[in-house]
Amino acid sequence: MEIHYLTAHQLKDRLKKRQISCTEIVESVYLRIEEVGDRLNSYIRLEKESALSRAGEVDKLISAGSDIEDFMGIPIAIKDNICTKNITTTCASRILENYIPIYNATVIDRLESRNYILAGKANMDEFAMGSSNENSYFGTVKNPWDTDRVPGGSSGGPAVCVAAGEAVCSLGSDTGGSIRQPASLCGVVGFKPTYGMVSRYGLVAFASSLDQIGPLTRDVEDCAAMLNIICGYDRKDSTSINVEVPDYKSFLKADIKDMRIGVPNELMVEGIDREVKEAVYRITKLVEDMGGIVEEISLPSLEYALSVYYIIAPSEASSNLSRFDGVRYGYRNVEARTLREMYRRSRAEGFGDEVKRRIMIGTYCLSAGYYDAYYEKAQRVRTLVINDFKKAFEKFDVLISPTSPTTAFKIGEKMEDPLTMYLSDICTIPVNLAGLPAISIPAGLSDSKLPIGLQIIGNVLREDNVFKVAYSLEKAIGFTGRPGL
Amino acid sequence: MKNEYEPVIGLEAHVELYTNTKMFCGCRLSFGEEKNIYTCPVCLGHPGSLPVINKKAIEYAVKIALALNCKIKKYTIFHRKNYFYPDMPKNYQISQYDLPLGVGGYLDVDIGGYIRRVGITRVHMEEDTGKLLHKGTTGRISESEASIVDFNRAGTPLIEIVTEPDIRSPGEAREYMIVLRNLILFLDVSDCSMEEGSLRCDANVSVRKTGEDKIGTKNEIKNLNSFKFLQKGLEYEVKRQIKVLEAGSEVIQQTRHYDSKTGTTKALRFKEEAHDYRYFPEPDLVPIYIEDKMIEDIRKTIPELPSVKAKRFEKQYSLPKYNSSFLANNKDLSDYFEQCCRHYNNAKNIANWIMGDFSALLNKEKMTIKDSRVTPENLCKMLEIIDKGKINSKIAKSVFEEMFSTGGNPQKIIEDRGLEQISDEGLLEAIIEEVIKDNPGAVEQFREGKDKAIGFLIGRVMAKTKGKANPGIVNDIITKKLS
Repeated sequence: MEIHYLTAHQLKDRLKKRQISCTEIVESVYLRIEEVGDRLNSYIRLEKESALSRAGEVDKLISAGSDIEDFMGIPIAIKDNICTKNITTTCASRILENYIPIYNATVIDRLESRNYILAGKANMDEFAMGSSNENSYFGTVKNPWDTDRVPGGSSGGPAVCVAAGEAVCSLGSDTGGSIRQPASLCGVVGFKPTYGMVSRYGLVAFASSLDQIGPLTRDVEDCAAMLNIICGYDRKDSTSINVEVPDYKSFLKADIKDMRIGVPNELMVEGIDREVKEAVYRITKLVEDMGGIVEEISLPSLEYALSVYYIIAPSEASSNLSRFDGVRYGYRNVEARTLREMYRRSRAEGFGDEVKRRIMIGTYCLSAGYYDAYYEKAQRVRTLVINDFKKAFEKFDVLISPTSPTTAFKIGEKMEDPLTMYLSDICTIPVNLAGLPAISIPAGLSDSKLPIGLQIIGNVLREDNVFKVAYSLEKAIGFTGRPGL
Repeated sequence: MKNEYEPVIGLEAHVELYTNTKMFCGCRLSFGEEKNIYTCPVCLGHPGSLPVINKKAIEYAVKIALALNCKIKKYTIFHRKNYFYPDMPKNYQISQYDLPLGVGGYLDVDIGGYIRRVGITRVHMEEDTGKLLHKGTTGRISESEASIVDFNRAGTPLIEIVTEPDIRSPGEAREYMIVLRNLILFLDVSDCSMEEGSLRCDANVSVRKTGEDKIGTKNEIKNLNSFKFLQKGLEYEVKRQIKVLEAGSEVIQQTRHYDSKTGTTKALRFKEEAHDYRYFPEPDLVPIYIEDKMIEDIRKTIPELPSVKAKRFEKQYSLPKYNSSFLANNKDLSDYFEQCCRHYNNAKNIANWIMGDFSALLNKEKMTIKDSRVTPENLCKMLEIIDKGKINSKIAKSVFEEMFSTGGNPQKIIEDRGLEQISDEGLLEAIIEEVIKDNPGAVEQFREGKDKAIGFLIGRVMAKTKGKANPGIVNDIITKKLS
C-alpha cells in the first residue's frame, strides 16, 4: 500500500526497522496532498517547509538511537480551532483570518513532546458550527468518496485528510458529533473521549460544557495510541478530570464474549436511512456471533436531546464568541466611527451566517424573561438525558447506534434548511450532553459506495469497553475501503 | 408645613484583593507600571484560553465575609455577566450571581453617639476590568479621538460588598466606608486605597418622608471615589431628590455620575436601557465547595478587629478612649504602637509621640508609618534618653526630625551633634554667672518680683548653650544665686 495510506503504528514499525525515514513519510504525504490539489479543500494552511525540516530533525534523533515512540515523526493534521503557537488558527472564520496564537493548546504541547509533525491546519465549519463543512470562510470541504458530496462536519477537514491520505491522522473537536459524524461520512475512525479527559486549553470554545478534542485515525489502534498522548489532567483546564490515564492500547483485544450491548430504540427510528439501519443490524449479528449479548433499550429522554442541544450550545456560544469584537485581535472594520459601529460592523462582516444564527439563538435563550423557559429548562432536560444513560449503563457495557442517520449528502442539499441539517447530529448529540466517550468506526459501504459509520457509546470514563467492542468489530467487519480519488 | 425627609442609602463597595496573582490566571498584579505587561492569553481573553480559580482569592473573600459576620455558602459558583465594553477582554465578566460566597452579615458603625448596624446583603467574588484612557477633551469614549486600553488590571481579584438600605445619612455612609476600609486593612487582604482605586464605591439612594416604611425610587450614584466625594455626592443627590418631590414630581430611576468639580450629580447620557447581562453559570469553571474546616482555618487568621482592639488598648495600656480608638482604627499605627510597647513601658508617651510629632511629619511627607525610617526600637531609645534627662523635649524634636529623615540611631545623632543636655552644675554655673553679669536689668526686675524675668535669663543661658542646658537645673541655680 502507498505510504500515505499506512497507519501510524504501521509507519512506526517501518521506522523501527529502518525501512523508511521520517522525511520519506512527510514527502509522501505532501506528494499526495499535491496530487489531490484543490479538489478536496481539506487544509486551510499547509506547513510543508517546517514539516520537512522537523522530519529531518526527527531522522537525526532516530539515527542517534532515540527510542521510536508512537506518532514520532508522523504528519498529523490539526483542526484549525486548536491553537498552534505562531501559526494561524482561524476557526475557518474571517474574523480570525489572520489570528496568530501566542501559545500552544495543551494537546499540541503534548504532541510536540512526542516529536509529532504538524502537517497543516485542517478546514472546518466556522467555529465548529455545522454538519457539512459548508460553513467555512475558506470554502466547502469535499468528500473524497464523491466530491459532489459533503464530508460531514464540523471536523470535515480532519476527516478528509485522513480518508484521502493527506495526513496519517488528525485532531478534531466534537461538540455534538463534529468528530464522529465526519469520520462516519468519510470512512475513518473518530473518537470523542469522556468530557474532561482531554484538556480544552487552547481549543477555541464553541460550547464549553460540550466541547472535547479527539482523534481521527485510520484504525482503532491509532486512535487508542493517540488518546494515550492527549488524555490527562491539565491544571489549566478546570473542567479536566484528575484521574489516572489508563493505557488505552491495553484494551485492544478482539474479545467481546459476554459483553452486554444495548441498541437504543430512539436512535434507530424515522429519518435513519434503510441502508444505515441494516448495517447496524448486520453488526448486531456479528456481535452475537462473537458471544456478545445484544438487546434493545429505550432512553425516552433522547427524543428531546436535539432541542436541548440547540439551546445549550448556542447559549454558551453566544457568550464564548463575544470576545471577537475587533478590539484586541482579529478582523476589525476600520471605517467605523463609533465604538458601537465598530462592534457591529466587525462582527457583521467577520462572522458567517450560521455563526450569526447561533449567536442570535443563544442570546435570545439567555435573555431576561426567557432564561427560565429555555436555558434553565434545557439544563433540567439535560439531567434527564444523563440519568437515562446512567440507567442504561447499569444494564449494558456499551450502546451502539448509527453515527449519522444518512451517508454523505450532496453539497448544497441542506444549506437552505438548517433544521434538516441539525438532524444530521441526532445520534451523536446525546453523547455530548451526557459527557460520554464514543467512537465511530466504518461499518461498510452503502450501495452507492459511500461509507456508513457505527457509533459505540460507553459510560463515563469507560473508554475501555468502547475500545474492546470497537477493536473486535473492526476486525470482524474488516473494512478496507479507500476513496477512489 | 414643610415635609421632613430621610435618605435611604445602600452602598456597593468594590475591593481589589492584593493576592500575588490574578483571579483566574498566573499573572502578577500590577501597581501602575508600564502598560499591558502583566498579561497572558487568559486575562487578554485570547481564544481557547480558560480561567482557573485563584485559591488565595477565595480565602481572602471568605475572610472578608466572615469579618462582616456573613454566612458562608458551602456551595458557590461563578456566573458570566455578559456585556460589551473595550475594557473587558472577553466581553463577559466572571462574577457571582444567585449563589454568592457570603450572605446575611452586618457591620456596626460607631457614628459618635450611636451605633448604626448596617446589614450586609452579600459578599461576592469577581474579576476586575482593564483601564481605558480616552484621548480628547471630555474623557468620554463617545467623544474621544481614540481610546487606549491597559489590561494590567484585567483579572485582578475583586470583592463586591453590598449593603442593605440601612444607611440614613450621607455622613453615615462616609463613616460606614471608613469603618469598612479599616476592617479590610486589618484583614491584610487589600491596600484599600480609594485614590488608587483598590477601594471603590457606588451608592443607591432614595428619600422618603420621615416615618414612612416604603422605600422611594432610588438612583445609583457612581464615581464617588473618596470619602469626601461620597458624602458630598450623596448630600447633593438627597437635596436634589427632595426638591423634585417637593415640586410635586417623581424621582426617575437612573444612574447618575458624580462630578467632583461642580459637586453635582448628572444622569449618564446614554439611554437607560435596562441592562440585560444574560447571566448564566460559567461553564469553564466547576463549583466551589467550601468545607467547614476551611472556614474555621480562615476564621483563625482573622486578627483582632479595630473595635475590639480599641477596648483592649484602653484597658491594657491605660490609654484615654480617644487615643485608643485613634490608634486601633489604623492597623499600621496600632501595630507600630504595640511594637514600641515591647521596648518601652510608658505607653502614653509612645501614643503621644506617634499621634503628635510623628503623625505630623508623616502627614507632611504624605507617608505611612510603615514607610517611615524610624524603627520602633529607635523611637523607644529616644524616649528613654528624654526620660533620663539627657536631652530636653525641644532637642528631642530636632533629634526626631533627623531620625525621621535619615533613620539614624538617636544616641548617635545626639553624640555626633553634641546635643546632650548640659546638667553639669559647675559648667552651667560659669555660664549663668556670665549671663547675670551681662543682664543687670533683668536681674533687677527679678529681684523686684517680676517672675517673667527668670524666663528671659534662662533663655539667654539656653542660647549660649545652643539649647543644650538642662532647663530645670538652670532654673534652680539662677533662683539660688539671685535670692
